Amino acid sequence: MDLLRFTTAGSVDDGKSTLIGRLMFDTKTIFEDQLEAIEESSRKKGDENINLALLTDGLKAEREQGITIDVAYRYFATPKRKFIIADTPGHIQYTRNMVTGASTANLAIILIDARKGVLEQTSRHAFIASLLRLQHVVICVNKMDLVDYDEKIFDEIVDDFTNFASRLDIADVTFIPISALHGDNVVDRSDNMPWYKGSSLLYHLEHVHIGPDTNHVDSRFPVQWVIRPQSDKYHDFRGYAGRIASGVFKPGDDVNILPSGFSTKIKKIHSLDGELSEAFYPHSVALTLEDEIDISRGDMIVKSQNQPNVGQDIDLMICWFSDKTKLQPRNKYIVKHTSKEVKAIVTEVCYKVNINTLHKIENDTTFELNEIGRIKLRVSSPLFYDSYTRNRNTGSVILIDEFTNETVAAGMIR
Amino acid sequence: MQHQSYSVDHLHHLESEAIFILRETAAQFHNPVILFSGGKDSIVVARLAQKAFWPAKLPFPLVHIDTGHNFAETIEFRDMLVKKLNADLKVGSVQESIDKGRAVEEKGINASRNMLQTVTLLDTLENLKIDAAIGGARRDEEKARAKERFFSHRDEFGQWDPKNQRPELWNLFNGRKNMGEHFRVFPLSNWTEMDVWQYIKREELDLPTIYFSHERDVIIRNGVHLAVTDFITVQPDEKVQKKTVRFRTVGDATCTGAVESVASTLDHIIAEVAAARQTERGTRADDKRSETAMEDRKKEGYF
Repeated sequence: MDLLRFTTAGSVDDGKSTLIGRLMFDTKTIFEDQLEAIEESSRKKGDENINLALLTDGLKAEREQGITIDVAYRYFATPKRKFIIADTPGHIQYTRNMVTGASTANLAIILIDARKGVLEQTSRHAFIASLLRLQHVVICVNKMDLVDYDEKIFDEIVDDFTNFASRLDIADVTFIPISALHGDNVVDRSDNMPWYKGSSLLYHLEHVHIGPDTNHVDSRFPVQWVIRPQSDKYHDFRGYAGRIASGVFKPGDDVNILPSGFSTKIKKIHSLDGELSEAFYPHSVALTLEDEIDISRGDMIVKSQNQPNVGQDIDLMICWFSDKTKLQPRNKYIVKHTSKEVKAIVTEVCYKVNINTLHKIENDTTFELNEIGRIKLRVSSPLFYDSYTRNRNTGSVILIDEFTNETVAAGMIR
Repeated sequence: MQHQSYSVDHLHHLESEAIFILRETAAQFHNPVILFSGGKDSIVVARLAQKAFWPAKLPFPLVHIDTGHNFAETIEFRDMLVKKLNADLKVGSVQESIDKGRAVEEKGINASRNMLQTVTLLDTLENLKIDAAIGGARRDEEKARAKERFFSHRDEFGQWDPKNQRPELWNLFNGRKNMGEHFRVFPLSNWTEMDVWQYIKREELDLPTIYFSHERDVIIRNGVHLAVTDFITVQPDEKVQKKTVRFRTVGDATCTGAVESVASTLDHIIAEVAAARQTERGTRADDKRSETAMEDRKKEGYF
C-alpha cells in the first residue's frame, strides 16, 4: 500500500472540515464513540445534520468558536492507499498554516463555494500550492446541492479558475463538483450530476500518479549522524547515517564529500535488516565509504558526476511566519538547511508579492506575518543546495530567530 | 525490459521517517531518553531506535515511569527487552514520589496513580537533566493530539501550549531551546493503530503476553473490564468473573481495561483492529470507552 499526503485549503464556510469528516465517515475511519460524541454535540448546537466539522476541530477553543486553530493531521486508509491529511485553517493565519501543510504534501485540495465562484482566497491558495511546488491540485466545487447541481455554474467556475491558473506553475489541475454535506461525488459518483463524467474525489485520490514528486536523479545524502560502535566486533566501523534526500546510491558509486571535496566510493549501504543493493528517497540508511575521511553532521555525500550548487549567497522566496517580529534588510537569523545550521544576514529584500493579485511590491522592504516575497541571504559557511523547483529536500530552508528560537520563516531557494 | 520500481510502501515510509526523527533527536539534544512503558508503541519506538543506530547501541537510555501497579508480565518483558537491546534503563518511581511527599495517593475505590505519574515524570526529567523525552504517542489517538508536533516544545514548567507551537516544514526540525526547557519527541506521530500492529507483524516483534487472548479474573466497573489484581479492591456488589480477554493498551493495572477477545495471534489482532474500524464499530462502544480512558491519561501529562 502506498502513501499519499494531501493538504486541504478553504475558507471558514467552504465546508472543508465537513469534506474531511465525510471522507473519514464514508471510509469508515470514524469510531462509534467519536460519532456518538459529535452527534451529541451537533444536537446540542441545534444542527440539523451531524456536524462532521466537529471531528477535525479537537481543541476546546476550536469547538466553541467553530474555527480551526492550527494544522491538524488526519489519517485514513482504503484498500488502495494510506492517506495523511494536513488540515489547515481558512481564517487569518491561513498563509503560514497552508505553507506548513503544503510543505509535506503531494497534492492540494482547494475548495470553492459553488455559489461564490473563484474568490481572492482561491487565488491565494492556488498561489501557495504553486509556490510550494505541489504537483497536483484538485479543485472541489462544493455545495453543488445549493445551486441545483447545475452544470453551467460548474463550467463557469472551471473556466474562470483555468484563466487565473495559467499564470501559475501547476502541472495537474482536476475539477470535481461535490456536495461534502450530502456526499455527492466524494466517495461515489453522484446520481445528482449525471453530466459529470469524471471520477469521484476518493477515486481520484486513490489513483493519482505520485511518482514524479520524488527526485531520483540528483543523488544527495546529507549526513545526519556518525555511527561509531564502541564494540570489538565493529571496531573499525564508521557509518554515515542519514536519509537519502534525492537520487539513488549504490555500493561502488563514485562520490564526493562536501565541503571537503574528497572523492571516494561507497563501500556498503547498511541497515539492521542487512546490506542493501541500492537506496533512494525516503530510505534512512547508513553508508560506509572505501576511504577514511573526516566527515561530520552537516556534510553532504553526492555523486561525483552530479553535484549541487555550493555557495554562500542564497536567493530565495520566503513566507514570513512571525507575528512578533518583522524581517528587514541586515537582520540576522539562523538558517536550517538539510542537516546543517548556519548564520545568515539578509542582504537584500528584492520584492514582496501581493498574493491576491500576484503583483510585485517593490518599495516595501519589511515582511510581516503571512507575507511572501523574494530575499537574498549571505550565510556564514557554504550551503550545498539545489533549486527548490528541482529538489524539495535540498532546496528548502527555515529561518530561526537567534533570541527566541522560534521558527520565523520558510524559504524556497531559487 | 524490466524497470526498477522506486515506490515504497507506507510502512517503509513511516519507518524511515521515524528513524530520521530519532537521529535528529540524538544530534540536536544533549541528553535525550526514550520513555518506555512496556506497551506496544514504546516497543516499536525501541525497535526503530535500534535500527537508527545499528550496529552501535542506543545512544540514549530507556526511562520507565513506574506506578508500582504493574502487570507482572509487562515488567518481565521490559527487563528482557532492555537486556536484549543492551540498553540502559532508568526507573522513575511513583511510590518514591509519594514517599517523599511530592505526590499524594488518591483515595476511594477508583483510586489510581494515573495523575501522579505526571509529577514523577517531570521530576525524573529534571533530576536526570533530560532535554528531550521520546515517546510513542500518535496523532490518531486523540483529537487534541492531532495538533501535536514531532518536536514538541515544553516550557520550563513542562507545559505544552497547543495554540503557540512552532510550525514544522519539510524535514527541518527546530529543537533549539533555552535553559530549563525541554522537548517531547514523537517519532510515531504519523502512525495509526493499524500501522503499529502491521509493523509489529512485519518485524516479528515480541510483545508482553497480555496483548494476546488469555483467561483472567475480571470485574466490570463503569463498563470497563478490570483485571483483579492486588491493586484493586473488589466491592461487595462486584462479581469476579473468569473471562477470555486481552489488553489493547498496557498501562497502570488499576485503570487499564481488558477487552473480551479470542485473538491469540498477531493476524487475529490485526483482523480485530480492522474490523473494529469498519464493521463492528457499533457493537464495541465499551472497548472504545476504555480506549479513550487510556488516551485521556496520556493527555493529562504522561504523554
